[in-house]
Amino acid sequence: MTDFTKQSPGLKRRHAAEIRFQWYGRSAIFIALGFLFLMVGSITMNGIGAFTQTKLALEIPLTSEHISVDDLEGANYDALVKLALRNTFPDVTKRRDKRKLYGLVSPYASFQLKDQVLADPTLVGKTTKIWFTASDYVDMYIKGNIDISRDEKTRKLNNAQIGWIDAIQKQGNLEKVFNSAFFLGGDSREPELAGILSAFMGSALSLSVCFLLSFPIGIFAAIYLEEFAPKNRWSGFIEININNLAAVPSIVFGLLGLAIFLNFFGLPRSSPLVGGMVLSLMTLPTIIIASRASLRAVPPSIREAALGIGASPVQAAFHHVVPLALPGMLTGAIIGMARALGDTAPLLMIGMVAFIVDIPTGILDKATALPVQIFLWADSPERAFQEKTSAAILVLLVFLVLMNLVAIILRRKFEQRF
Amino acid sequence: MNVVSHEDKSATEPQSKEEPIITARNVDVFYADKQALNGITLDIPANKVTSLIGPSGCGKTTFLRCINRMNDLIDICKVTGEIKIGGQDIYDEKVDVVSLRAQIGMVFQKPNPFPKSIFENVAYGPRIHRLVKTKGELNDVVERSLSKAGLLEEVKDRLDEPGTGLSGGQQQRLCIARAIAVEPKVILMDEPCSALDPIATAKIEELIDELRENYTIVIVTHSMQQAARVSQQTAFFHMGNLVEAGVTEQIFTTPQDPRTESYITGRIG
Ligand SMILES: Nc1ncnc2c1ncn2[C@@H]1O[C@H](COP(=O)(O)OP(=O)(O)OP(=O)(O)O)[C@@H](O)[C@H]1O
Ligand SMILES: [Mg+2]
Repeated sequence: MTDFTKQSPGLKRRHAAEIRFQWYGRSAIFIALGFLFLMVGSITMNGIGAFTQTKLALEIPLTSEHISVDDLEGANYDALVKLALRNTFPDVTKRRDKRKLYGLVSPYASFQLKDQVLADPTLVGKTTKIWFTASDYVDMYIKGNIDISRDEKTRKLNNAQIGWIDAIQKQGNLEKVFNSAFFLGGDSREPELAGILSAFMGSALSLSVCFLLSFPIGIFAAIYLEEFAPKNRWSGFIEININNLAAVPSIVFGLLGLAIFLNFFGLPRSSPLVGGMVLSLMTLPTIIIASRASLRAVPPSIREAALGIGASPVQAAFHHVVPLALPGMLTGAIIGMARALGDTAPLLMIGMVAFIVDIPTGILDKATALPVQIFLWADSPERAFQEKTSAAILVLLVFLVLMNLVAIILRRKFEQRF
Repeated sequence: MNVVSHEDKSATEPQSKEEPIITARNVDVFYADKQALNGITLDIPANKVTSLIGPSGCGKTTFLRCINRMNDLIDICKVTGEIKIGGQDIYDEKVDVVSLRAQIGMVFQKPNPFPKSIFENVAYGPRIHRLVKTKGELNDVVERSLSKAGLLEEVKDRLDEPGTGLSGGQQQRLCIARAIAVEPKVILMDEPCSALDPIATAKIEELIDELRENYTIVIVTHSMQQAARVSQQTAFFHMGNLVEAGVTEQIFTTPQDPRTESYITGRIG
């Protein structure tokens, strides 16, 4: 009998090579995951603050001497807010100090007050405590982002202001609350009011246009090329061109969109429609290539089986081959869409880089997109916008994860049919 | 190629006395520049089993696939010559391949059920050809086809399970059921038993024998015994030529050509 436990030196070497290879693989995965955690972790650390917001309450004297029930529109709300601030700190008298004091609340506080009064006119006639969004510096101070050990002149809040903030906080009139404005608002010059919704809607609308255009066109092109087109010099030429298009930098598609969609066809600038069209130019090659690969992966025996019992080529393709290839096609589409979601350059070219306060509701409205918004905020000097930048990146990442989740669910659903 | 079948008397002349359903005349097939079949002339009689035998690579599959124009799917494949089925030239421009293939069923060498339920596998053909009007009729057709293919007993409780989950032999019988569900005139079978054990093989051979009543069957096989057992007529291919064709017993007992003799006695192959 031979001894099966004995290992020749050659066999030992082979086993060692195998173990070595496994460790290479494990360390590669470890390093990749490490970088991922590092990235997501640091973005989360930077951005998590943007999901809360500092509010402060003021006693607003909505008495008849300042506001009349008959003319709610015409009242001077700005003066009311300022008056309330002065009332809170009566010993502030110098003009410069007063201006500093007014700077504690957001410049939009008067609008917030007006909205509240218009929504509830019964407030008029008495002095009421009303919550206002604090200015971004107050917010930064509360979140610990302002270094008070630094020289007073080099920081945005002077000692007097910090004293006022501390006093308000002591009275219980200062609170950190969930920042709903970030999710429900459009962009703003004031960081404390800037929100992601306009950019989010812009992205969602552009991506919808992109998907509706590129998915059907892409899969039909792929099905035709793979299942029906004669294999000759022309189809080879087309294939090479599609592969090359997939590698073209996205900004080139942006220029193309600018020249064709905007200048030639005169479609509305900065609109999700044009954005989606440009993005679909970019995603089409990806979808076509992925769809063709998944069609090619369907065994030819399935086609032969269908054709062999007299199915027409179209029936063979759509009854048997395409359903089998659909999960792969969806994956390709989602990969393309994910790339489109994160791409900024082509959108810059067609004017989706505008400062958009209003939330777009249709594909012809002016809009911007998430990555462009990130780019714009990252460019702003205010410390508070840095926080917003990271938060916007988080929103973008969540959007991506959700898209992939949808892809996985759809894939499961279609695969189950077989 | 040192063998030219045109000179073979037995190959050029129609072999059987009764009216043939399929007649092939001087069929040449080329894969790009490579000639795979040289001037095949063969008659296939109706309601009989004709087996095609010969060493690997001699062109049996190629010839079989000419009969339902499956070779059209291969871009580099070119077929010349004439094949008539029931007197009609199937390579005529006016012929609709889809309609042709609906009437010439095919069972492939490797079982290839659709990745759908057993029921759907069989129902697909009748459905696309609108052979049935109601759900009840469809059920009947499926049941009848499965029963003719000898599979009904084994699968009748699980018709909605995937056809790909069956054993190899069951899958092959499912493919036969699928082929006969569209009521073809001719059934082409390419080594239908090559992946099967002797019991499954016996079942399929039995089935072929029964099907002969209603269908014309052409079967490619590597097994001499199988050819002898199931077929009434045999054609021997060698290196792209049809060497000899005739009544099965005759081919196996008194072959005319020395190549046939050496093949059936196991000296070439
Ligand atoms: N798709 C193809 N492309 C190119 N050549 C082919 C193709 N199919 C078959 N051939 C060639 O044609 C010849 C005949 O092949 P065919 O498949 O008809 O042989 P066969 O008799 O069925 O063999 P086997 O018994 O092994 O199945 C072979 O030389 C083969 O290489
Ligand atoms: Mg073969």
